[in-house]
Amino acid sequence: MAEEIRSGRGYLAERGWRSWAYTMDHKRIGVMYLYTTIAFFFVGGIFALLLRLELLSPQAMYFSNHTYNVFFTLHGAMMIFLFVIPAIPSGLGNFFIPLHIGARDVAFPRINLASYWVFVAGFLVVIGSLVSPMDTGWTFYTPYSAKTGAAVTTLSLGIFLIGMSSILTGLNFIVTIHKLRAPGMTWHRMPLFIWGMYATSIIQVVATPVVGVTFLLLAMERIFGVAFFDPAKGGDPVLFQHFFWFYSHPVVYVMILPAMGIISEVIPVFSRKPIFGYNAIAYSSLAIAFLGFLVWGHHMFTSAMSPLANAIFSFMTFFVAVPTAVKVFNWIATLYKGSITFEAPMLYALTFIFLFAVGGLTGPFLGALATDVQLHDTYFVVAHFHYTMMGGTVMGFFAGLHYWFPKMTGKMLNEKVARVAWALVFIGFNVAFFTMFIAGVRGMPRRYAEYLPKFHVENVISTIGAAILAAGIAVMFWNFLQGLRKGTPAPGNPWRALTLEWKTPPVPITENFHEIPVVTDWPYGYGKVEGPPA
Amino acid sequence: MSAPPSGHSDPRVAFETAKLGLWTFLATEVLLFGALFTAYTVFRVKYPALFQSEHLKLNRVLGTLNTVVLITSSLTVALGVEAIRRGKARLLEKYYGVTVLLGAVFLCVKYIEWTEEFHHGLYPGTNIFFSLYFMMTGLHGIHVLLGMGVLSYVIVLSRRGRLSEAWYTPAELSGLYWHFVDLVWIYLLPLLYLIG
Repeated sequence: MAEEIRSGRGYLAERGWRSWAYTMDHKRIGVMYLYTTIAFFFVGGIFALLLRLELLSPQAMYFSNHTYNVFFTLHGAMMIFLFVIPAIPSGLGNFFIPLHIGARDVAFPRINLASYWVFVAGFLVVIGSLVSPMDTGWTFYTPYSAKTGAAVTTLSLGIFLIGMSSILTGLNFIVTIHKLRAPGMTWHRMPLFIWGMYATSIIQVVATPVVGVTFLLLAMERIFGVAFFDPAKGGDPVLFQHFFWFYSHPVVYVMILPAMGIISEVIPVFSRKPIFGYNAIAYSSLAIAFLGFLVWGHHMFTSAMSPLANAIFSFMTFFVAVPTAVKVFNWIATLYKGSITFEAPMLYALTFIFLFAVGGLTGPFLGALATDVQLHDTYFVVAHFHYTMMGGTVMGFFAGLHYWFPKMTGKMLNEKVARVAWALVFIGFNVAFFTMFIAGVRGMPRRYAEYLPKFHVENVISTIGAAILAAGIAVMFWNFLQGLRKGTPAPGNPWRALTLEWKTPPVPITENFHEIPVVTDWPYGYGKVEGPPA
Repeated sequence: MSAPPSGHSDPRVAFETAKLGLWTFLATEVLLFGALFTAYTVFRVKYPALFQSEHLKLNRVLGTLNTVVLITSSLTVALGVEAIRRGKARLLEKYYGVTVLLGAVFLCVKYIEWTEEFHHGLYPGTNIFFSLYFMMTGLHGIHVLLGMGVLSYVIVLSRRGRLSEAWYTPAELSGLYWHFVDLVWIYLLPLLYLIG
């Protein structure tokens, strides 16, 4: 401990691989998750660039159809299961939940470390499945996934392990938030990031077991021929879709809610104004988590469900838009008359609001029965999904990385380079994905290596956008590396923020606080001091 | 089960924390089995006649015997927790030992049942009923096995003198888990053996 303080390196003072592999410090575990998930972000990104390269030409040019199928499956499966789902909760969440609530660590540090190594085991199995790579798309639909020669069984078991790690993390966070808050930190004094993470954890804990058992059944079908999803034996392939989406729809909120939490932290700090509608933002997180469980059927409008079920799922889907819009309106109200500054975290946070609004507003087209039947499985879906997940979650993640970089590393980033990277990301993203809306509406189906010549222009533009986006991300991470190596030392609280993590030394120590802080107020009293909501 | 959370050497808080953790874990278990129960419901509604005819091929005597075995084991585990509450570590070890033994009896009977069924040409892929039967009892069997492991670990802890009336959280939580595993079987018995 003394060494940590003297060197100023805090929790990073101890060196050597053992100090990482056996660590029970939530901060180090969070950092390991960050490195791992970001590595998969790059791998998944390279697959995406290869897909865009192929789509430069209407005919298959570089890869066979099968190779193309493998690429989009791996792009989807890696991005979803190995990056977007774990990156914010297990990475930034692990690091900042205990700091935010004034705890020394998570409730079960050993389980926390176990969850990381289960995750590693999971991705090793996933990599092992590459001997005969998957070509089913990331959704694993039966009956094809039960019959294809690809290593579906191996990949299923890998994802089962990753799911287990996700459950352990969620469980840990729920208990941590319930039991380890600092004295005086009532539920309504918790930072909104914690509310977002709490809702996220509930979804992880409740939804993940179902997809676990689903992949188990799929593996059993391939090994022992159990009949659940096999129509020849009286099974039902649509049941697989129900099970799959019972997890995989709520899990998009596992992806987006933590990002929304980050935005709720960043916006008031860089507007120097108290967050507007604290209660509304906090409870809308829970509402999203709850409603998110009731809408999975909207992925299956064309899978021969009953018209009544379709209508109910469609109706419920519109409901999810309400708490989501509540958040957006509150963020905008927070900005209103604020003293806004445009540092990199704020740029990404504003980008989140803009892109997520586009992604969110194109959702109802897919939630409404009449238009969805037209747009189903077109590039419109791809564009919508990327606007919410990349434009939403990943931008939120970038906002969080820039916002918390000084706290995690003790170094400041080069702000000018960060802004250049942001501009490239913003332009590249919109060029790449907005054109997909247009191609989708004009009827271009997704998941094919070849397409009709009439979509050529859109695809060329989209590929150019993807290249700009990739350049932006490359600059951003180059900037991170430069910051790590020779960034100027960061002060303890560079953004003048009020949440507890900024009350620690520039690099927090193991067990976080010399003395557990006593909380007397909410963390959003920026500008003119206003009381917390009743 | 797990160490007292860091920063909370107070056993009371540590107990509360661990207990909430276990209940949350049990919620995930409910969901895990929940998917199978949902599949059961879907297929039973779809093929009532098949379920009626196929369930007669199961051995009800052994199924009932196993129910008795598991319910008895729930009693012994509860007596074990009661013993350590009064500080009687040796008694806890005895009761938990009997519980582990009963778990083993359960798995042996299950093994006999499965072997019998395989001899009659009934496999997981035979039809939808037997797919459900083998998956549900198989997943439950794995949980029994895990439970036996956890209870044995608690016995080891107790032998090393790590449990007392002041700190018996591992005993209490492993007992809770064992009750859950029993409870699942209480649902499986009527749904699989006693249709119609």
